[in-house]
Amino acid sequence: MASKKIHAIYTDDDLLMQAVKQTRATNYHISEVFTPFPVHGLDHAVGLAPTRIAITSFLYGLVGLSFAVWMMNYIMIEDWPQNIGGKPSFTFYQNMPAFIPIMFELTVFFAAHLMVITFYMRSKLWPFKKAENPDLRTTDDHFLMEVEADNHDVEILTKFLYDTGASEISLIENEQDH
Amino acid sequence: MYTLPSKLKLFSIIIMVLGLAGMTYGFLTTPKTVEDVKRIMAQQEDHHAEGHAVAEHGDETTANFVDSARGEEGYSESAMEHATDLNPEGHGSSSHDEHVLHQLQTRPWSATFVAAFFFMMIALGVLVFYAIQYASQAGWSPSLYRIMEGITAYLLPGSIIVFLIVAFAGTHFFPWQNDELVAGDKILQGKTGYLNLPFFLIRAVIYLLGWNLYRYFSRKNSLAQDEVNNYGPYRKNFKISVFFLIFFIVTEASMSIDWFMSMTPHWYSTLFPWYVFSSLFVSAITVIALVTIHLKSRGLIPFVSDKHLQDLAIYMFAFSIFWTYLWFSQFMLIWYANIPEEVTYFIIRIQEYKVLFFGMLILNFVFPILVLMNSDYKRVPWFVVIAAVFILVGHYIDVFLLVMPSTVGHNWSFGIPEIAALLFFAGLFIFVVGTGLGKVSLRPKNDPFIKESENYHF
Repeated sequence: MASKKIHAIYTDDDLLMQAVKQTRATNYHISEVFTPFPVHGLDHAVGLAPTRIAITSFLYGLVGLSFAVWMMNYIMIEDWPQNIGGKPSFTFYQNMPAFIPIMFELTVFFAAHLMVITFYMRSKLWPFKKAENPDLRTTDDHFLMEVEADNHDVEILTKFLYDTGASEISLIENEQDH
Repeated sequence: MYTLPSKLKLFSIIIMVLGLAGMTYGFLTTPKTVEDVKRIMAQQEDHHAEGHAVAEHGDETTANFVDSARGEEGYSESAMEHATDLNPEGHGSSSHDEHVLHQLQTRPWSATFVAAFFFMMIALGVLVFYAIQYASQAGWSPSLYRIMEGITAYLLPGSIIVFLIVAFAGTHFFPWQNDELVAGDKILQGKTGYLNLPFFLIRAVIYLLGWNLYRYFSRKNSLAQDEVNNYGPYRKNFKISVFFLIFFIVTEASMSIDWFMSMTPHWYSTLFPWYVFSSLFVSAITVIALVTIHLKSRGLIPFVSDKHLQDLAIYMFAFSIFWTYLWFSQFMLIWYANIPEEVTYFIIRIQEYKVLFFGMLILNFVFPILVLMNSDYKRVPWFVVIAAVFILVGHYIDVFLLVMPSTVGHNWSFGIPEIAALLFFAGLFIFVVGTGLGKVSLRPKNDPFIKESENYHF
């Protein structure tokens, strides 16, 4: 199925923000925005749902904490409770102060690394991944807004985008969605 | 302009009067002689005979873990035996009853000191936070300057009361002020160069002057900035804030050594001053948040947004963790090495104050971390108020545990003297802070960062 998209390029982030707001207000669908750096408030303007990655991180932290507790309890208390320098290895809580550094570090380790891996997977980032830049200049100093044009009159849409201050407008036709 | 609501004013005066009455009662009903103590002890024996037996039985089954650590019964008792500093007359030099008498007489002093210091440290902590905002040229906080200055109004009366208590407590708090004890104690003799009464008082006067002078001049400059059209007063404030912070960190360290650590002069810990500081700082930020919410709910500070509240809540969250970090670092290092001369400090706290000692960890760490972790909750006033109540109760217990085990030992309880002192100083705090807030407009003008602060968002 052929899909038509319009790429509108802006040279200024304030202009981009304004264009995004106007485009949303006129009910055109923005499928993607490419910027060389994070534009403050852009996600809100495009209407993206807030990220839930902090919640996953919290849960991973709990996993790490449980793992540390289980590990130290099994090794130090259940499997081979030796007397090491007079430390009380009778129950977990008696010797807990000595385990806290490990519990803390493993909590942070799990929370941080699993969250980063979650981020990579959700944003589909990995080595040798083919870059998806529609225009190389968007990594340097240009901003690109991609608007779906399938159900719209291209002429009117182009005119509209021109009025929002786009410096270049191009029609892209794909045989299929990438 | 803020005026202390008349109901709150009446409330603060009533609890001040009640508190004063309770404190007087506390001082008047201490036993005067050894005979009184014997009578009280006999009554308690009768009354608690049954409960006591059960408690002792319980102690055996859940043996204290420091005991178990050494694998020998009575290790902690023998460690305590040599800790003459928990026993101001010196062990063996006087009878057990005299020792109990001394501790019971100390109780109203300690109760007053705990509450007096708790509220004074809030004002002092706010002053430090305020100085940090100036020295770091923070862009978000200038719209809170008048609120912070209002709270630090309590510093002058509060610090004078605390000074009077430590100056007149004598051997109630500080065993090193007992000449007989020092004469028989090599360790204390070695410390007389630092721990002697004239030097102790001179240091306390220096702390008092330094803190209150900074508070006076920074307030003066901050108000002067409202009237001028250059940044002269602001520059002056920046400079004195930097010097105050240097002065503060030194005096805070020796203050906590003087007023708290020297209650058990045989015991020492290097990160103790930091630990006291973290407690002071987190309670102070909590009170700023509470006062901000109070003023906001009355519609007096429209220029303070929920983003300011969120920032304060972030500070509460972060410094609760900082406090826990220091608490644990101090506890774990001493627990791990288990050197008898150091570990007595925690043995008495764990054996006699178990619920408070570990309960305050839940109040000061677990609850704030769970309540304030979500960034949306930090913007909800009643969530912040709940966390603030946990934190303030927790840090009151923290100060209680700095003082009580060192002064009254196992003869502690939470009764009329403690509650009365808490009421009196809470009333005084509300009254003084309320009046302090009401003196000028709550909106600072002409500060170089005020516009940024009023438009603050992220």
